[in-house]
Amino acid sequence: MAERSTDTIHEKTVAESSKALRAGEISSRELTEACLRRIERLDPKLNSLITITAERALAAADAADDRLRGGDAGPMTGVPIVHKDIFCADGVRTTCGSRMLDPFVAPYSATVVERLEAAGAVMLGKANMDEFAMGSSNETSHFGPVRNPWDPETVPGGSSGGSAAAVAARLAPAATGTDTGGSIRQPAALSGVCGLKPTYGRVSRWGMIAFASSLDQAGPFARTAEDLALMLGAMAGFDPKDSTSVDREVPDYTEGLGGTLRGVRVGVPAEFFGKGLESGVRGLVESALAELEGLGAELVEISLPNMELALPAYYVIAPAEASSNLARYDGVRFGHRCSDPKSLEDLYKRSRAEGFGDEVKRRILVGTYALSAGYYDAYYLKAQKVRRLIADDFTRALEKVDLIAGPTSPTVAFGLGERADDPVQMYLSDIYTLAVNLAGLPALSVPCGFLGGRPAGLQLIGGYFDEARLLNAAHNYQQVTDWHRRAPEGFE
Amino acid sequence: MALGRDEVLAIAHLARIGIDDESVEGYARDLSEILSFVEQMNAVDTDGVEPMAHPLDAVQRLRSDGVTESDRREHYQKVAPAVEAGLYLVPRVVE
Repeated sequence: MAERSTDTIHEKTVAESSKALRAGEISSRELTEACLRRIERLDPKLNSLITITAERALAAADAADDRLRGGDAGPMTGVPIVHKDIFCADGVRTTCGSRMLDPFVAPYSATVVERLEAAGAVMLGKANMDEFAMGSSNETSHFGPVRNPWDPETVPGGSSGGSAAAVAARLAPAATGTDTGGSIRQPAALSGVCGLKPTYGRVSRWGMIAFASSLDQAGPFARTAEDLALMLGAMAGFDPKDSTSVDREVPDYTEGLGGTLRGVRVGVPAEFFGKGLESGVRGLVESALAELEGLGAELVEISLPNMELALPAYYVIAPAEASSNLARYDGVRFGHRCSDPKSLEDLYKRSRAEGFGDEVKRRILVGTYALSAGYYDAYYLKAQKVRRLIADDFTRALEKVDLIAGPTSPTVAFGLGERADDPVQMYLSDIYTLAVNLAGLPALSVPCGFLGGRPAGLQLIGGYFDEARLLNAAHNYQQVTDWHRRAPEGFE
Repeated sequence: MALGRDEVLAIAHLARIGIDDESVEGYARDLSEILSFVEQMNAVDTDGVEPMAHPLDAVQRLRSDGVTESDRREHYQKVAPAVEAGLYLVPRVVE
């Protein structure tokens, strides 16, 4: 008998769970209960979840089991997942990692939450994150830092650090996240899991708490590219409620998986291998590129000449849009309100002073300055022009190659507190991911090895709406490597 | 660009964020560092470059001017700090 005991049920990927559920080998209730037990036992070591929705999860699992019995099940039906706490879920506390939204119970659901719910996925809880998704280490959360399961003295990356850590620790086979400048890919790399940022507009932003609206995009975390494909299939699609949602058919992302990489041209930008890249990470990424070559891909040297301007342009555009988006937190309609306000201005100023943490305040102030009279042209407009140059670099490169490869982040996970006092040092962690958001392209991170026990990620960047090709390349790579099969000690 | 104390307080006022006296220096230091860092952008000539506001250069989609939402005022106001008779309460503005 090849039957697995429920003690190892958490080892299943989304695809494996899905298959076992539909074959009737396991029930969603068993799977959900196993995940909830693991969360109860292991999450106190990580702090990856802010809210656990056990009761709701069990009800959803029972409903999924009914659907499975009735033959009305899709690939996500009955599969437990975790949502980043940036997605509103009707009737569930949704904090965005902030004191500002500590008391906030969402009165409606994000489209991403609704879609996954309709697909039958089971929400286990809401994942910890950097406050308002501003951070690269998950240390700016009002609910405390998340620990990296591979080394509890290091950060999991951010801002979707809780989602990444939960998947790495096998608390759930998949999670949702958001990526404004690397917030899915960087924590995926630092936590040793896969993470995909889709093309801007591919996944609805409705009900996803806004940070920088021209950059924000939701995407999945999982241990395999195949699982990312299943998650993305459920998340993506046109939504009239998001004015930047793209009306374009969603392909079956699993269909092309396993196709050959023979003849696929992979661009390797010199700018991704310059100073700042840890030599050990460089070695792992170069080995991964050699694997792709071994699979038939053709490596092509390319140049993205304006790459070093991505970081400065991003740190104007993102804070500027954030300062505007976060103006809604005024202590009047929802969220934190200071006690005993003396005047309307006092109400605004103290509610915001008390509700926001340091990094959020810094970014609102930078953004306010960049947008203020007399400085708009020098900062915001200039940054938007630089943004065009960066996007044009990618467009030119992608005329010559099918996809672009390089490191996801210049280092492996750094120590808790190590960069907390130096904002600019912290920003450098996203040096290879930011440009992709500025251009609006899809990109993913796939585990490509370990350095002193800490994981590193290979980043693959594709043309607009070319997620299927990215997923296939990562899937091919995972057929010849086993980094993604390793589990952190204590979380096997 | 180095920001002084008064400039930080003026920006904080625009953003309606209260800042206590002892943290002003810290913000001045951090903001100055961030601003001098982003000024690296000035190294490149962008004359004649079209600013990029949206990755796909899309324009706002229009819809017909019809009611699509139902009235959920009470439901949405449940999360408000202070409400009376369907109105949000704030400190007195007009004497």
